[in-house]
Amino acid sequence: MSASEIKTIEIEVLRYRPEQDTEPFWQSFQVPFSHDTSVLEGLQSIKDDLDATLSYRWSCRMAVCGSCGMMISGKPKLACSTFLRDFYPNKVQVGPLEHFPIERDLVVSAEGFISKLEKITPYIVPKEPRTIEQGEYIQTPLQLKQFLQYSGCINCMLCYAACPQFGMNPKFIGPGLMALVHRYNVDSRDGAREQRMELVDEEDVGVWSCTAVGYCSEVCPKKVDPANAVNQNKVNSALNYFGRFLKPQGGQK
Amino acid sequence: MKRANDPIFWLPFGAGGVLAALFGPALVLITGFAAPFAIGLGPDALGYDNMMAFAHNAIGKLFLFAIVVFFLWHAALRIYHTLHDFGVHVGTVLKLIIFGGSLVATVIAVWTLLAIGF
Repeated sequence: MSASEIKTIEIEVLRYRPEQDTEPFWQSFQVPFSHDTSVLEGLQSIKDDLDATLSYRWSCRMAVCGSCGMMISGKPKLACSTFLRDFYPNKVQVGPLEHFPIERDLVVSAEGFISKLEKITPYIVPKEPRTIEQGEYIQTPLQLKQFLQYSGCINCMLCYAACPQFGMNPKFIGPGLMALVHRYNVDSRDGAREQRMELVDEEDVGVWSCTAVGYCSEVCPKKVDPANAVNQNKVNSALNYFGRFLKPQGGQK
Repeated sequence: MKRANDPIFWLPFGAGGVLAALFGPALVLITGFAAPFAIGLGPDALGYDNMMAFAHNAIGKLFLFAIVVFFLWHAALRIYHTLHDFGVHVGTVLKLIIFGGSLVATVIAVWTLLAIGF
């Protein structure tokens, strides 16, 4: 199809309005689209022209903010970087992210995710405090490379919708935040590794809930590769497990 | 905090994974094709006498131990996790069967390797 040609596609949206619906249901819309119309723009044209009550999260529309994660025809994707042309002439199904409670329509509750985020010390705790006069913390390119990839996470939670283990056990810290734990743990400036490792080592919470399915890394829109971070921390956690017997008494918790 | 005990099972699993990646394809090639069809190997390459001599040698014993036991622990954890992924979690009972079985098989392997002597 030429870039400007307008066609019509069926978009099925999972609706849930807690004040009037007892359970979620699929609602179908006929939506005009062209070659460059994203699923997000499809939802926007539903809201503008067909049904103003439709609720969904979005902000940047360029895969930077991580707001518009949804299940698009069964796969966790960002609505802004998924295009309707790839589904035509079939319909496209749009639902809220799996494994999260639905708040309204396509909006899920991120509360569980945020409370975990607060627990993992998601910031650098300086290993050695420096005064302003001492200047900045210097890092070599190699030290930067250790964590750069894992700092690309935009908290879109697609990996959580992809993770069957998180689906079965909501206590699991999960792929995205485990990548963030790793991002700070391997930063040469950071000194809080030990307190983060307590979570990594913990039963049902830490890294051992992972069964190496790997779908988290496949759906990551920023190529963070959380599965890799999780795997590296299985090694770290195993070293902790046996290493504590080698530590001086009183050194363990 | 309750520390997870998984490293106990994960380390032999990891060792088995590495060994399987390193030696698995070669073993399939040798035991499945080269030896039975005598391609590049004598007809008795894996014959009783040769294998017995191999098992009598200390390094041969070590190799057989690693190949049998770590492959087994690798498979055990993989099966356990795959069952879990498919929604089968009987917890302690399943763990006992899978890892208890692996432990019994490990003991049998060690006992056999030692019993046939050096």
